[in-house]
Amino acid sequence: MAKGRIDVLESFCKSCGLCVEACPVKVLRISDKINSKGYRPVEQYKEGCIACRMCATMCPDAAIQVYKIEENS
Amino acid sequence: MARVLMKGTEAIAEAAVQAGCKYFFGYPITPQNEIPEYMSARLPAIGGAYVQAESEVAAINMVMGGGATGTKIMTTSSSPGISLMSEGLSYIAGCEIPAVVVNVMRGGPGLGGILPAQGDYFQATKGGGNGDYRLLVLAPSTLQEAVDLTQLAFDLALTYRNPVMILADGFMGQMMEAVEISEHKSEGIPDVTPWALGNKDKREKRSVLRSLYLDPEKLEKHNMDLKAKYDAMQKEVRFEEYCTEDAEYLIAAFGTTARIARSAIANLRDEGVKVGMIRPVTLYPFPKERIRQLSEKARHVLVVEMNTGQMLEDVQAAVCDRAPVSFYGRCGGISPSVKEIEEKLRELL
Amino acid sequence: MKETRIYERPKAWMKDVHTHYCPGCGHGITHRLLCEVIDELEIQDKTIGIAPVGCAAMMYDYVDTDYCEAAHGRAPALATGLKRTRPDRVVFTYQGDGDLASIGMAEIVHAANRGEKFTTIFINNAIYGMTGGQMAPTTLIGQKATTCPNGRDPELAGYPMRMCELLSTLETPAYIERVTVAEPKYVIAAKKAIKKAFQYQIEGKGYSFVEVLSNCPTNWGMQPVQSFKWTLETMVPYYPLGVYKDFE
Repeated sequence: MAKGRIDVLESFCKSCGLCVEACPVKVLRISDKINSKGYRPVEQYKEGCIACRMCATMCPDAAIQVYKIEENS
Repeated sequence: MARVLMKGTEAIAEAAVQAGCKYFFGYPITPQNEIPEYMSARLPAIGGAYVQAESEVAAINMVMGGGATGTKIMTTSSSPGISLMSEGLSYIAGCEIPAVVVNVMRGGPGLGGILPAQGDYFQATKGGGNGDYRLLVLAPSTLQEAVDLTQLAFDLALTYRNPVMILADGFMGQMMEAVEISEHKSEGIPDVTPWALGNKDKREKRSVLRSLYLDPEKLEKHNMDLKAKYDAMQKEVRFEEYCTEDAEYLIAAFGTTARIARSAIANLRDEGVKVGMIRPVTLYPFPKERIRQLSEKARHVLVVEMNTGQMLEDVQAAVCDRAPVSFYGRCGGISPSVKEIEEKLRELL
Repeated sequence: MKETRIYERPKAWMKDVHTHYCPGCGHGITHRLLCEVIDELEIQDKTIGIAPVGCAAMMYDYVDTDYCEAAHGRAPALATGLKRTRPDRVVFTYQGDGDLASIGMAEIVHAANRGEKFTTIFINNAIYGMTGGQMAPTTLIGQKATTCPNGRDPELAGYPMRMCELLSTLETPAYIERVTVAEPKYVIAAKKAIKKAFQYQIEGKGYSFVEVLSNCPTNWGMQPVQSFKWTLETMVPYYPLGVYKDFE
């Protein structure tokens, strides 16, 4: 299984929750922070991202960037 | 080019082609059906396109899209069809897209009749679509003038990035006269690349053509910029005078009515009546300054139109209280006769 | 340890702009797919978009290409004028259910029938979003809206209109497909359809139409996740997904 992580461009996130629902390994949640528009941005709160990009696929605000992590062999 | 006997509608169509217009979007309506018919044969033959739109609503919006690429495009219609284009004309003016529209006027209001009238003066110069915009309106009187003004219309549209309307009537559309139609190359027209869509690879910035500005300050600025453009357009005013040097009685008429009035004036002059005529060629901008000047020497001004009094109001505003202003009009497809105009003028002596 | 970015904001998405769309709105997802397709096909400089009237009226603020505004429903007529005068450009209309299936019905049917070589993305969310939730031609029977407060009654308003089916009765169009953006696997399929539609245009195959079943959390009175479940459970049975016409 691939390993990955996400970056949330917090100012664009509108807390819609579509990415939280879409994540197959449930590593995302709505955070307690508040962004400049008054929304609570999403965060990856634990390890286990599999770089499947389903969160970015659902995001209506293109607020998620996804990274694949490869261990050097 | 030789003089050719042509029907008015076809002459207007060929004039547009010779001015470089290769795209026509229109819908049939009497009395201008020869124009789409002519264009449907002529344009594909020169690598252009004729699109028969599903309605005049669609046609004017095709004109908006085609004009947005900076290309010379045109549509034509008649009174009720022009009403359908009102929305489109407001958007075209608001987005500052060049366009040429020909109205071959027929009787109104509503479906009216298929015979000629001049009942769309208000619609062309003051009304039609919503908001603070103006059309540049040209009113030919002969077929040769219709040819020349059609070709000029494309240049004016591109110069001012505004819709230009040719206000003709069913007489002009259907009559035949000898006309000379030469190739017309536009000169001194600003480059369209900065704003015309589809040129992003030739520009640094993209172009967005819009009339929507939700921010009130931006919308006010946009309206003020449009107003400044219409103020600059005033220098395009055109008119013709006939026997006005010593005129004590002034007739004001446009289009076909002015041609009829010329005969009446010639007859009255034979009787010793010092009557002359001012014939606006641009209905917007309106020659109010010249009418004001002529009315200072006039004992009476008579406005003659094929409607119930439309240009009359602009003449009244220009004349103010310098002279009494009277009106003679026929409508429903009936034109004032030479005799009727003479008799009306004699009543005012 | 090596880190590779495998998803980033599309190039064609305007930088540093916050969209005005409601949280979870399918417009955002579809705009993003549109931008991804524009990037992948490398057509940003030759694309001309036409903005509708509706929630997406200001989509030119979000998608970085040349744009023209259209009056309500008239986008297919503008697209006709644009594409006829610049056949070498890529032209698309992006319209909602009021713009396309109500006021613009004549324009879409006739442009499709003439086979004008542009692409339409049709956002069907069974309601009028921008104006506050009125009934649309696509509102479902029994669905409540502000102008059918007791639910759409076929006796009063007829049945909802299926645009893919209607347009596929025409001989001319090259490609018609209905997709949805309700869940990731459908979003991936929707992107394929949009890309195919643009590719058909580039290859000169004819008119292409992609209907996207979307959502309207605000006017449906639902949370975003819940609203997309409604799209799948209630809209898809009436508006089946699939290809309705394909040139090939």
